[in-house]
Formats: sequence, C-alpha cells, structure tokens
Amino acid sequence: MEKFTRLQHTAIPLEIENVDTDQIIPARFLKATDRKGFGDNLFRDWRYDNNNNPISDFILNDPTYTGLILIAGNNFGCGSSREHAAWALTDYGFKVVISSFFADIFKGNALNNGLLPVQVKEEQLQTIFRAMKENPKCEFIIDLEQQFVEIPSIGFHIDFEINSYKKTCLINGYDDIDYLINNKNKIKEFERKRNA
Amino acid sequence: MGKTLFDKVWDSHVVDQLEDGPDILYIDKHLIHEVTSPQAFAVLKDKNIPVLRPKQIVATADHNVPTLNQHLPIKDELSRNQVARLRKNCDEHNIELYGLGHHYQGIVHVIGPELGITQPGMTMVCGDSHTSTHGAFGSIAFGIGTSQVAQVFASQCLLLSKPKSMRITVNGKLKKGVHPKDVILYIIAQLGTDSGTGYFVEYAGEVFENMSMEGRMTVCNMSIEMGARGGMIAPDQTTFDYIKGREFAPSEEELEDKIKHWQSLPSDTDAVYDKEYSFDADDIGPMITYGTNPGMGIGVQEQIPSSQNESFQKSLAYMGFDQGDTLKGLPINYVFIGSCTNSRIEDFRVASDFIKGKKKAKNVNALIVPGSQQVAKQIQDEGLGTIFEEAGFEIRQPGCSACLAMNDDKIPAGEYCVSTSNRNFEGRQGPGARTILASPLTAVAAAIEGKIIDITQS
Repeated sequence: MEKFTRLQHTAIPLEIENVDTDQIIPARFLKATDRKGFGDNLFRDWRYDNNNNPISDFILNDPTYTGLILIAGNNFGCGSSREHAAWALTDYGFKVVISSFFADIFKGNALNNGLLPVQVKEEQLQTIFRAMKENPKCEFIIDLEQQFVEIPSIGFHIDFEINSYKKTCLINGYDDIDYLINNKNKIKEFERKRNA
Repeated sequence: MGKTLFDKVWDSHVVDQLEDGPDILYIDKHLIHEVTSPQAFAVLKDKNIPVLRPKQIVATADHNVPTLNQHLPIKDELSRNQVARLRKNCDEHNIELYGLGHHYQGIVHVIGPELGITQPGMTMVCGDSHTSTHGAFGSIAFGIGTSQVAQVFASQCLLLSKPKSMRITVNGKLKKGVHPKDVILYIIAQLGTDSGTGYFVEYAGEVFENMSMEGRMTVCNMSIEMGARGGMIAPDQTTFDYIKGREFAPSEEELEDKIKHWQSLPSDTDAVYDKEYSFDADDIGPMITYGTNPGMGIGVQEQIPSSQNESFQKSLAYMGFDQGDTLKGLPINYVFIGSCTNSRIEDFRVASDFIKGKKKAKNVNALIVPGSQQVAKQIQDEGLGTIFEEAGFEIRQPGCSACLAMNDDKIPAGEYCVSTSNRNFEGRQGPGARTILASPLTAVAAAIEGKIIDITQS
C-alpha cells in the first residue's frame, strides 16, 4: 500500500450529501478483473451525458477547481461494499477525502488503499466549503502524523481523529493482510481449540 | 452485565486483540461471487500464498449473469470473462462453485440460507454489502471490500474494531397487507440512511418473533441501507425448523446439540445496548420510496415531505417529484420482483396469491427474477409459474438482474420502476432510471393496476 504522511495541495468541493458508491462508480463499470483504470469512470453519470460529453456544471469538469483532495457532503460512500469506489478515487488521483461523515465499509476500503478519509464536524465542513468558494485555489495541509487539517490562507486549523492502528498502517504503507499472515499460528491455534 | 446476541457471537470468534487496535476476528463462512473476488485472487498470486481454508468458501455467479439463455455463452465479453475467471480461480484453489448451469446457482444471499450453509452463531462475510441478510439466523454477517476478501482467503480472519450495538424493537401485530419490506423501509425512513453507521443492529420484539425466515432475511438484508454493517435476529424455533433437513444443515444426530448451543445465543435480559429504538406495528403501513436513497420513504397514502436541503431537492428533481406530492395513483411502466431482498419463494407466493386470475396492465413490463435455481424450480413445482405467465409477467432465470443492472436487465432513462430491490440510488437500475422501492405485494399491485395503489384500501 502507498504510504501517506503529509499532503499540501488544493481541493475539489463536491457539495452533495449521501454520495453513494453507485455514483462514485456505477455497477456497469465493475466488470474488470484488475484494479486499474476505474478513474476514467469516477462519477461517470454526473461527469458525462449519454453521448459521453462532459457535463460542464459538474465539479470535476469545472477548471476552477483542481487538486488531490476531495471535499464531500455528509455520509460519503454509502451503499455497496465495492472497493472499486476507492480504486476509482485513487486512480483519478485523489489522496484524501474530507467529509462530515463516512459510510463504514467505504471508510475501511479507503484506508486499505492508502486513501485517507478525514472526518470533520458538519460546521467545519461548511467552513471549508465557504473558504473554497471565496478562494478556489486555497491550499490545504493534511498532516497524518500530527492529525490536523489546515487552510493556512484563512488561519483554519482543526485536529482529526483516526484509529491508531490504521494510522500506523498508512504512515508505513502496511497492509492488514501481512499482519494477519504473520499471525497464522495464533489463528491455527484458535481453530484447534475450537475443534477440540 | 449480560451479553447481547452480537457480543456472544463476536466474543467467541476473537482470535486475538491488538492493544489499542482492532480484534483479529475468525470467519466461519466466506461467500464469493464474480465481481468482487478477481482482484482478491490476484493479491494471493502476487504474494504467492494459498487460500488457507478453501472448504469454508462457497462461490456462485450472480451479479453479472444474464437472466435469459443461461445455457449459452454470455454475450457481453467483460461479463463472460469475469464469470470465466471465477471458475478458473475456484478450480485453482479448490473452492466449491455453484456457477451457471449448476442447480444450486443463484444470488449469494439466497443460496447460503436455502442450502443450510447459514447457521446461528456463525461469522460470515462476502464482498457484498447485503451479506447482512444472513443475520436473520442470528449470525454475524457483513459485507467486506476486496482487500478484505483477500485477507479472509489468506488467513480466514479480518482485523476489525468491534462495532457499537443498537436494538430496534417493534411490538404489536402488522396490519393485513403490511409486509417485512414495509417494516424495514419504515424503520429506515424513521431513522435515516446513516443512523446505523458504526453499529450492529439487533431486531427484537413481537413483529420479528412472528416473522418467517424469509421475512427476517428481507429485514436484515436492508440493515446496510441505514448504514449498519449488519443486523441480527435471535434464533428461535422458526430458525431451527427452517434449517433442519437442508443440504448443508447439521445432520439429525448433530442437530440436537447444535440447537442447544443456538438456544444459548439470544441476548441476556440484562444486556445493555449503546442505542435503542422502539416502534409500534400499528403505525406501519405499506411503504414506498420517493427519492434516491432508501431513507426517503413514506406510506403510500402520505405526501412527500418538504426540505430546503439542496441534496434533497436534487433527489426530487431526479425522480421528477415535488414536495407535497402523493405517489398513490402515479402511473408506472416497469415492475421488478427480485434481488437478494425479495426473491425467495415466500415473496413469489405473496405475489401470485394477489395476481391469480388478474392480468397486468398493458403498459407495464413486469419482470419476475427468482433468487436461485431452487426458487425457480419451486415456482414451477407449486404452479406459480402458470399464474405469472397468464397474468402477463415475464419469468427470467436467477441472478441479481435489474437490482443493479450489471447485465442487460436495465430500466430505461426517465421511467419509473416499482422494485422489490434494496436501493433507489440514481442510475442504480440503469442510467436515468427512477426506482421506487416497495414490498412484493405493492409491486405486483402496481403491475396489475399500472399505477401505485394502497394495497390495504383495495
């Protein structure tokens, strides 16, 4: 897994609540057998019309906003367990998603792919959206080690919470699977006791 | 302090606890399908590691399969490739596959229970969020991402923090024409689409105690639609009777001991939950959804509520509705009866009971998609097939079908579809399609009338 420690970059605001994984990557694009290329179809039906022309008022097609950070409305990533949603976001280039609430499975999938979900309070999210309206190119600093988000241009600074185990994984690029494989003896012992 | 049903099952599956971190949770059964498994098999290949416990995995092809001419090669190249890849992976790793052409093939959450694979007290996972269905048996069952599918392949375990507990109690007796689907749509409408995030739900009270296993599966299936990873119902005689005699159920000799253990699973009377909600069966009527998430539900008689929230407005605009509208009487052209929520034999019995001797409205395309080959056979054996055909319904072969429209079963843009599935997200049933979630009874009634009606008023 790609490591994440600190990022200084601009962001893209997606001011919609309850963005479900069917919007992030519609089911008809889940037919691949590898993890690559899903970024092309990220937010497909919001991004392109029926004739595959870009829909100009969708935020990813608006040249005003660019960046590696996605700022999204409450309850981002609800719906299906498809990890393709996380793959689509990382393949497109996003490194961080900031929202006031994340759906459970999406959050886990993001963390397993080096995509940092940062949960902030609803009023903080609204402050961020306002800051971006005033200055679309405002820079963010996301520091995982110190667990804070900053927008230096407006003096905005907030701390965020993250599970300490997951933080260690992200900073070092560790996968859960390696940890589990290293614990195989414990797992086999558990099986043996249960079957005894 | 007493333990909840959830505590009992979780605690008995903890292999180890990390300090300040997640638990290593042992997984009893792993269900896989063609869409979310190929990249997980690829991880094994990259790391050159085997599947640890292939006998604890069951595979089927469901998400991507056509519902017509399943004996022919799949026309869509990508789908064909994905289904072929599943077969190759299962062969290589010695995993039992109930693929196309097998008499056990079907939607993963229909075949697990009907084959007796799903049992109380188990931990079960699948790369599909509706794995919560299996909680109807008093098992901890939840959807996982593909990285986690690979973890279970490699170690039969997952690293997870224990979720919080929620109990939803519904007491009283459901009115005639009110079905389990209405109960869960009502609960989600009351609590909201993110209310269960971070929780595992236990459904308790008379309504669930008196519900069939099929109904309990419908309820637990939709737990994820309020954000909960899973939902559970305490195992009881209804559960034991359902399991007995099924293909992979415990043998008669084993069953008695198993039942004794299963009877110890229900929550202790002094168990404490992190959150509790309580509803009255009397307040629940036939439900439908008007928006683009399952929490946007109302009684068939009710008006669409008002809100200035932009996302709410966007949702209504997509659906072509206004605040204050009533959906009763809304003309519809498509009806879909199927999906892991409502494609079991009981759903089709309810549907056929209502339509016997009636004909669907001329303008309506009505699709019946059984959840499994076994359900499809049962439909014919019980004579329901003739009833559906005489009423003008089209019966297809098993699969996920128009629930997520990965195959050719799509609803055209702009059309309303009254659907027994679980998600009314934008484009879920095809780009531009407008989904109205409902019970099988409300759905067939809409097919007959060509519009949405209140079944309790007819």
